[in-house]
Amino acid sequence: MADHKAVNKPVRKKDAMALVTGKPVYCDDLAPKDCLIIKLLRSPHAHALVEDINTSIAEKVPGIEAIFTYKDVPDNRFTMAGQTYPEASPYDRLILDKRLRYVGDPVAIVAGENEKAVDKALKLIKVKYDVLEPLLDFRKAKDNDIIVHPEENWRSLCPVGADNKRNLCAREVSENGDIEKAFSQCDVIVEETYHTKANQQAMMETFRAYATKDVYNRLTIVSATQITFHVRRIVATALGIPKTDVRVIKPRIGGGFGAKQTAVMEVYPAFVTYKTGKNSKLVFTREETQTASSPRHEMEVRVKIGATKDGVIKALEMNTLSNTGAYGEHGPTTAGLTGHKALALYSRAEAYRFVYDVVYTNVMSAGAYRGYGATQGMFAVECAVDELAHKLDMDPARLREINITKEGDLMPAYYNETANSCALDRCLDRVKKMIDWDNKYPARDMGNGKIRSVGLALAMQGSCISNLDVGSVALKVNDDGFYSLMIGASDMGTGCDTILSQMAADCMCCDVDNIIVQGVDTDSSPYDSGSYASSTTYITGMAVVKTCAALTEKIKKYGAILLGCDEKDVDFNGKEVYKISSDEKISLKDIANSSMCNNPNALYASEGHASPISPPPFMAGAVEIEVDKETGKIDIIDYKAVVDCGTVINPNLARVQTEGGIAQGIGMALYEDISYNEKGVSRSNSFMQYKIPTRQDIGNVEVEFESSYEPTGPFGAKSIGEIVINTPPPAIANAVYNGTGVRIRELPITSEKVYKGIKNED
Amino acid sequence: MEIKLWINDKLITDNVEPDMPMLEFLRDKGCYSVKRGCETSNCGLCTVWLEGKPILSCTMPLMRANGKHITTLEGLQNEAMEFGAFLADEGADQCGFCNPGFIMNVLAMERELESPTEEDIKEYLTGNLCRCTGYMGQLRAVKKYIEHKRGVKFDG
Amino acid sequence: MLRCNNYVFAKSLEEAYELNQKRNNAVVGGNGWLRLRKRQWDTVIDISELGLDNIEENDDVFKIGAMVTLSDLEHDPGIEKYTKGAVRESLMHIVGTQFRNTVTVGGSIFGRFGFSDVLSMFIVLDSYAELYKSGIVPMHEFAKMPYDNDILTGIVVKKTPLKIAYSSFRNQSTDFPVVTCAIAIGSDKITTAIGARPSKADIRTAHIDELKDKEGYAAKIAKSFDYASNLRASGEYREHIAEVLIKRTLEKIEVSYGN
Repeated sequence: MADHKAVNKPVRKKDAMALVTGKPVYCDDLAPKDCLIIKLLRSPHAHALVEDINTSIAEKVPGIEAIFTYKDVPDNRFTMAGQTYPEASPYDRLILDKRLRYVGDPVAIVAGENEKAVDKALKLIKVKYDVLEPLLDFRKAKDNDIIVHPEENWRSLCPVGADNKRNLCAREVSENGDIEKAFSQCDVIVEETYHTKANQQAMMETFRAYATKDVYNRLTIVSATQITFHVRRIVATALGIPKTDVRVIKPRIGGGFGAKQTAVMEVYPAFVTYKTGKNSKLVFTREETQTASSPRHEMEVRVKIGATKDGVIKALEMNTLSNTGAYGEHGPTTAGLTGHKALALYSRAEAYRFVYDVVYTNVMSAGAYRGYGATQGMFAVECAVDELAHKLDMDPARLREINITKEGDLMPAYYNETANSCALDRCLDRVKKMIDWDNKYPARDMGNGKIRSVGLALAMQGSCISNLDVGSVALKVNDDGFYSLMIGASDMGTGCDTILSQMAADCMCCDVDNIIVQGVDTDSSPYDSGSYASSTTYITGMAVVKTCAALTEKIKKYGAILLGCDEKDVDFNGKEVYKISSDEKISLKDIANSSMCNNPNALYASEGHASPISPPPFMAGAVEIEVDKETGKIDIIDYKAVVDCGTVINPNLARVQTEGGIAQGIGMALYEDISYNEKGVSRSNSFMQYKIPTRQDIGNVEVEFESSYEPTGPFGAKSIGEIVINTPPPAIANAVYNGTGVRIRELPITSEKVYKGIKNED
Repeated sequence: MEIKLWINDKLITDNVEPDMPMLEFLRDKGCYSVKRGCETSNCGLCTVWLEGKPILSCTMPLMRANGKHITTLEGLQNEAMEFGAFLADEGADQCGFCNPGFIMNVLAMERELESPTEEDIKEYLTGNLCRCTGYMGQLRAVKKYIEHKRGVKFDG
Repeated sequence: MLRCNNYVFAKSLEEAYELNQKRNNAVVGGNGWLRLRKRQWDTVIDISELGLDNIEENDDVFKIGAMVTLSDLEHDPGIEKYTKGAVRESLMHIVGTQFRNTVTVGGSIFGRFGFSDVLSMFIVLDSYAELYKSGIVPMHEFAKMPYDNDILTGIVVKKTPLKIAYSSFRNQSTDFPVVTCAIAIGSDKITTAIGARPSKADIRTAHIDELKDKEGYAAKIAKSFDYASNLRASGEYREHIAEVLIKRTLEKIEVSYGN
């Protein structure tokens, strides 16, 4: 990549200096001072009907502007999931509903001049609940007598196998080859069930948005969102107003990791401002963000995997049960990834079969969290593969070397796509060297009651949603020849504004500083499905490449007019349009400034991109842990990771993505766990009770890249955002087994579980 | 209640409600770098200095700052840029939401600890949560900053 | 969030005490815990202007004011020397630097919280709660006293020659402990505290002859406490961890002080 000036370079993020100096660039920093403060009265019951609600006393509190209940909102069911048309998640929500489906479900919206007034009013709303028995065990949800969504206007828009009368949010069966025959040829079969828990994304900025009315009386919502354009549709659908009446703006946002791929709360300020005509804002507390949000789907994944005695995997079968909670956001789509991604790591098998059920229960709705189901599937498959290796008495790394998907392989479980770019074998090889696998596997007794052991796991993800995601950008030439790059993808701190600028800079042969970017505004930004599904680099990146090509043609064409020659006789080198056959040239600056005088052709281009395929990035992760035999405590010593994300557009940002994903994965592996008491009340309602890793908990993480070249990606790039969370849970579980002989199949892998396992072995 | 204090060396007098949290007061006074990430004193995002010591502005009663000096990142712009450049050059600014509180604590640490080891750094900064970076990039930036400030190679 | 109608800086302990007799009033220490109570107070009483923020040391005792921050205690050279780092060890895993710069010893001790590292540590020392009205109360007695409206003004630690060490077990490095263990060995007796069971720390005292069989001592003492389950661990696991921590804390004492 010697000819790249910006791509593959550790370019500083464009917004970096504003962020490190603490500039007011986030939603709540920008909200008008006169916003009504909104708070939600929430259900104390996991399942109940609002029998009666009286707000008259609360309304009398000085400073209270409005209180809304289910009687005041439109009867339009909608989904808060930020997904592209046709929306896969069922239309199962109202802004406020008479039926309450989890502890925390909103009962009333209170808006007032200040927080104290609102707090007071919240206490004075009288609600009579008809408390119903809740459905809390997702294993008993399907066809249970308790129905979470009995309502007649519940709607599933896509054929995802949903049936609300059976508590089914989705169901699918897919297979390839003769699975029974393939298993019959296996000498060794492992069949186990793995249980992954709901986890919080725990981005540092909680959910928040404010709403105003603009000069045209349109509703403007400024939101910390990953899905700026979907928020427009969701709000318009929920309020039952035309989409022309809604504008959504995304400023800088304080992290998302998928949480903000659901419009968890934008409808409330939108509704308040729509009804009152006044500015309003809602900032979720951490407690609300922990208990009424969009966490990872809890799943139980049964994996059956068979191989010949020499370690050739012949057949894989997976049954996934996913808990979508009270509402179906991202329910149908996350479950699919457990198998379609995880099983495709071993595409050389003769047959696979994959079945999933997604069920409703009376806990907080799940949503999108980095990895999006693949993480759960990968935990199950990568543990099962290790279990198979041990049964075969084979080094688990060796078993993988024999069976993993290699470049050029057809991946039947992965929608029959072909791995056009795949360096998984090289990732595995390199991570083994980094962790010193051959010397350290399986474990060393340190002689002080501690054992050091190693474990590894592989992962893949996608680079977009094929045949669905759309990215588009626009690029225009300004005075003196600087460019405005208009992006519809939502930079959520990961740096997509910068990496897309890097691509544009290389395409336009200019400095990254010569390109300016802005946040997303649905009124002016080109359409983009949003920042999720790992798609921004791959999809929006290609839109940048195409747009730059189109603009280059326009610059050449106009330059040729100014030079008085034919456009095919000129070329553009980023600084000037020059005649190929002579010294005649005109600078971009002169072209740009000329274009603003007596020029009917705008120096502006906009192109979009979509892809029929979603080339997977690949990754190998290896961990060295130290287990205290007496207590079961696990300390992470080293985590090594090698990623194939195709061409690395920005090595610094890709490295930090990877390190951040691994830290989240370590938290998921060791202690993060959304749990409820027997009444369905969350026990994980704060950062005091839901612990995420600190800098003392992650050991030493080291990341390297082993790049393949993806022919359909911009500059050969694939994605990186999600895959990076997938390896720690299985790698750590495998290391625990390698050190202690204890197999933990339910996350998190707490010290107590390890200790009990060790004790039971003795 | 009457309160008189210095925010970034500027004298402020005001009449506040008795339970005004310091965090909200500072934001009201235009110190938007001060962020809230939780309600349970766990995240470190709201870190400011009271008489030069890093404290949690979500927790410390505002009235205790009466007659005292509060420093926020707005008052340390040059140092923020100096350290921030190292953070930015690792790509470890990321979403940026935890950056002000983190940087306030890094600058306090640099003043307080003479020659911190890697373990000292992790321990001092452990109350600053970050969900984006996995902390490694922040650690690289802190080490480089210390090397830059002390003019010696980091040997922790 | 702390909610109150009045915020008063007491001019004297008597004023603080008087104000504190009302049910809807409360004394604020570092506000680490008071702010978590979802309650509207009438008057919050601040005692930070009463000179209670010093650690005084003489030949016989340390007097630690109630408003001393956890950080000041953690970094006090006298305390460090007397406890050979045990007090520092008991504090350094609590949330983070800024938190410990903010919250107070008085708040931590007065709360007598189950998870309290601070109480677990002090309860094995020859230490006393200094109460405005009730006077000096041995720490292990104070730990069991019902919450009342007296004012904790400080802690007195007598410099009784003791071999001291502290250990805690945590699921995550700055989380509440799963179990805490503090041990102090005097000329003829050994005092062991186990806290976060998850109920608050309590002590067992034995003759030092029992240390001839350290394993037996650890098992016996661990077994003598009651344990329960919560989010962080089961009671059964806690009992096991308590036994391990007692053994390890005794080992720490050997390393620090020799046999």
